[in-house]
Amino acid sequence: MTLDSKIPPGPLDKKWTTFKNNAKIVSPANKRKFDLIIVGSGLAGASAAATLAEQGYNVKCFCYQDSPRRAHSIAAQGGINAAKNYQNDGDSVYRLFYDTIKGGDFRAREANVHRLAEVSTSIIDQCVAQGVPFAREYGGLLDNRSFGGAQVSRTFYARGQTGQQLLLGAYSGLSHQIATGAVKMFPKTEMLDLVVVDGHAKGIVVRDLKTGEISTHAADAVLLCTGGYGNVFYLSTNARGCNVSATFRAYKRGALFANPCYTQIHPTCIPVSGDYQSKLTLMSESLRNDGRIWVPKRKEDCGKDPATIAEADRDYFLERKYPSYGNLAPRDISSRSAKEACDEGRGVGPGGLGVYLDFADAIKRLGQKTIEERYGNLFEMYQNITGENAYERPMRIYPAVHYTMGGLWVDYNLMSNIPGLHVLGEANFSDHGANRLGASALMQGLADGYFVIPYTLGEYLTSQFGKKVDPKHPAFEQTLQESKARVQKLINIKGTKPVDYFHRSLGLLIWDYCGMARSSEGLKEAIGKIQQLRAEFWSDLKLLGDPNGINMELERAGRVADFLEFGELMCLDALVRDESCGGHFRTEHQTPEGEALRNDQDFAFVSAWQYTGDGNMPNLVKEPLVYEQVKLSTRSYK
Amino acid sequence: MNFHLKVWRQKDTNAPGTLEEYEAENIPAGASFLEMLDIVNADLTRKNIEPIQFDSDCREGICGTCSLTINGIPHGKGRGTTCQLYMRKFQDGETITIEPFRADAFPVQRDLVTNRSAFDRVIQAGGYISERTGSAPDANSVPISKVIADQAMDAAACIGCGACAAACPNGSAMLFVSAKVTHLGLLPQGKPEKNRRVLSMVRQMDEEGFGNCSNYYACEAVCPAGVPAAFIGRMNREFTAASMKEMVGMSV
Repeated sequence: MTLDSKIPPGPLDKKWTTFKNNAKIVSPANKRKFDLIIVGSGLAGASAAATLAEQGYNVKCFCYQDSPRRAHSIAAQGGINAAKNYQNDGDSVYRLFYDTIKGGDFRAREANVHRLAEVSTSIIDQCVAQGVPFAREYGGLLDNRSFGGAQVSRTFYARGQTGQQLLLGAYSGLSHQIATGAVKMFPKTEMLDLVVVDGHAKGIVVRDLKTGEISTHAADAVLLCTGGYGNVFYLSTNARGCNVSATFRAYKRGALFANPCYTQIHPTCIPVSGDYQSKLTLMSESLRNDGRIWVPKRKEDCGKDPATIAEADRDYFLERKYPSYGNLAPRDISSRSAKEACDEGRGVGPGGLGVYLDFADAIKRLGQKTIEERYGNLFEMYQNITGENAYERPMRIYPAVHYTMGGLWVDYNLMSNIPGLHVLGEANFSDHGANRLGASALMQGLADGYFVIPYTLGEYLTSQFGKKVDPKHPAFEQTLQESKARVQKLINIKGTKPVDYFHRSLGLLIWDYCGMARSSEGLKEAIGKIQQLRAEFWSDLKLLGDPNGINMELERAGRVADFLEFGELMCLDALVRDESCGGHFRTEHQTPEGEALRNDQDFAFVSAWQYTGDGNMPNLVKEPLVYEQVKLSTRSYK
Repeated sequence: MNFHLKVWRQKDTNAPGTLEEYEAENIPAGASFLEMLDIVNADLTRKNIEPIQFDSDCREGICGTCSLTINGIPHGKGRGTTCQLYMRKFQDGETITIEPFRADAFPVQRDLVTNRSAFDRVIQAGGYISERTGSAPDANSVPISKVIADQAMDAAACIGCGACAAACPNGSAMLFVSAKVTHLGLLPQGKPEKNRRVLSMVRQMDEEGFGNCSNYYACEAVCPAGVPAAFIGRMNREFTAASMKEMVGMSV
C-alpha cells in the first residue's frame, strides 16, 4: 500500500493558493444535496459544522456531552498563535511555520504546517468578529503574550480561558446554524462504529446515551473531530469522557492510524497526590512567562521550606541548560528536564515528584496586582486544589499527559485513506509532528474547521454526484448488529472487577513504559502486560445496570475496551520508531547531554498503521517526509 | 474521612425519586467531591448496587457539566463547581445530602443527571453574532476599550452549568441569559443585532419554563464563574428599550 499525500505542486508558500485556485467547488445549488456527518463538537467539529452548514450543506453533528458547548477544547487555557505581527517583533507566516516544524522536531508535513501558519491570521479575525473577548491593551488593540518554543509574542488570549472563549465562539456559530435548521444536533450520542459501503465512509453507528438505543445514520461524507487519546494514560489533563473510540473504530474499518506514539507531556501540571485521583489539572504554560522553575541543588534540601533555601542553593535548571529560551523551552524538553531532576532525587513535594514554579521575582518586579491580573484564576485554582497560596510559596508542578500528536492519517485534503472519511483537529496526525508547541492546538482545530475543510471537502464530494448511499444497504444493518453484539458482550462478562480497575492499570502501564522515557525492553514488556490485562478485562469485567438508559459504566467500558487495544498499538509504534524525536524519547538514543537524538537517515517518515485483524501484527505503511524548504537540523533551544 | 450520604436516586424522568442512604468511608481529604462519589460507586458496585449516575467531564471547573445540589446549595458551599469542591472543606462524619439541580426547566433524567438542553435553545434563539466565516475584517480594525473588553469577558466567562436557575426560588435563568446578552451587547460587533437578540432570547427563556427574577440574588451567590447579578439589570434595560421600539412599530 502506498499513501498519496496529495500535496499541491509549486513552491511551499504558493501551494495553498494554488490549491484554492484549482479546487473543485460544489455549487450552492448542489451543496444542499449533500448530507454530512460530523462527530465531535469541539473547536474542529463546531467550526466545521457551523461553516459547512453556512455554506449550504446538510449537517448532522454528534457529541457525547450533554451540550456541544462542553467539548474538551473548552479547557484550553493559554492561548492561540497567529502570525499577525501586531507586536512588531519580527513575526511572519514563515517564522510561525518554521517554529512549528522545528517544535515538532521535523516530523510533520511541511505543506500542511505552512498552510496552518497562513490561515492563522484569518482565525483571529474570524473570532473577533464572533465576539470572542480577547485581551486588549488600553489603546483598544489586541494584546499578545509569548509561549514556549517561540521568540516572538504571537499568542492571543482571553484571560486563562482562551479555549473556552474560542469554543463558545464556534458554539455560537453552530447554535445559529442549528436555529436555521441547517445543522441537526445530537448531544449525548456516542459514535460506536463507522459504516463503510463499497470502500467509502458513508455513515456511523451511534448509541443514544440517554435511552441506550443504538441506530445508524447515513451521509455522503463523515468528518471525525473527536479529539485525542490522552486518556489511554488514565491520569491526564483530558476530560473524563475523552476517548479514542471513534478514531480507533475507524482504524479497525481500514483507516490508517499514524504516529500513535507521539504524545505530549505538559510540563506544568499540579502533581499527583494520591491513587484516588481521577484527573490531573494543568496550569497554563503562560505561567512560564513570569514564573521561574527550579529544584534544590542538593537532595538534602528537598524537604525544606523553599523560602529558606538560599538563591545559591537553587538550580534553575531550564535557565541553566537552555539560556536563550530559559523557562519557555518547548514542552517535551521542559518535561524531560523536570523528570531528570526528580530522577536525580531533587524533586519536591509528596513522593519527590514535583518541581517549583516560583513567582517571587515576578511579584517583586511587577507587583502582586499585575500577577493577579495575568494569572489570578490559575492561582485561585491552584490554591483550591492543593490548599497552598502560590503568591507566598512557589507552586509545585509536574509533567502530565496533555495532548496527542498522533491520529488518523490524512492527506492534504484532511481525508483519510478511506474515501469520504475526513479527520480534523487533534484526531488527525498532520500538523504537530513529534511535539506540539503551546497555543498551536487551538490554532489547528479552528484552521481545520473554519478555513481548510470548507475548501478541501469538494475534492471528494464532487466525485459523489448521483451516488447517494442507500441507508438500507446491508453494510448499515451489519455494522449495527456488530455494535449491538459488542455492547451485549460487555454486559455478559459478569466478572468481578469494575471498569475503573482496568483503566487505571492500563494507565499505569502506559505511563511507566510509554511515557516520558521509553526503551525497547520496556515496550516489549508493556505489550505483553497489556495483552494480559485485555484478556482479564474480557473475562472479569463487572458491569451493573441496564443498557437501555443512562449507564455511564457501560459507556466507559466500551471506551476502555478500545484503549486496551490501542495502548498496544501505541507501544508497538514506539518500539518500531527506534530513534528519539520530540515527545518520543527512547533512552537508547540520546546525546551525551541527554537530549533527544533523532535519526533522519532512517526515520524521516510518518508511521501509518493498517489493521490486519485481531491478534495479527498491524501492517506498517510509511509516508516519507520530504522537506523542500527547511533544512533538517538538530533542534536547539540553548 | 468518613461521611454519611443521602443521595437522590430516580430511575427516569417519570419515576418518583427517593433519597437513599450510603456510607462514604476512608475518603482522602484531598479528594474532590466527584472523586468521593467515584469511591462510593466502586464500593456500591462491589456490593451489587447500581452506581449513582452523575454528570461530570472536564473535572477542572470549566466545562459546566457537573451539577449537584449539595446540602441544598448548587455546587455546594463556597465559590466554584462541584468538581472543584474538595472534601477537606467538610467535617469528618458529616451527613451530606446530594440532589440533582432543581429547576422546572431541568427535568431529572436519572439519579443526579438533569436535562439542561433548555440553555442550548436559549442560545439558539439569538446568543450569537451573525457573521460568515471568511468575511471578517482585520481583527485590529475596530479598537475596543480594555474596560469594555474586560467587562464583556466577565460576562462571557459563564460556563452554562445552570446553578443560577437551580439556586433561584423562581427557577429563573436570567443570570445565564443576561451574561450572553451583556457579553455580545457590549461589543461593537454585537450591536447590530442587539435588540432582536435580547427579545428572542428572553422570549425563549420564558417558553422553556424559567421563572422571572425577583432580586433574590441567590444566582450570583452560587455562580462558579462569578457572573454578577448587575447584568440582569442591564438586560432588563436592553429588553425594555427593544420592546418599546417593537411596540411602536419600529423594526428591530
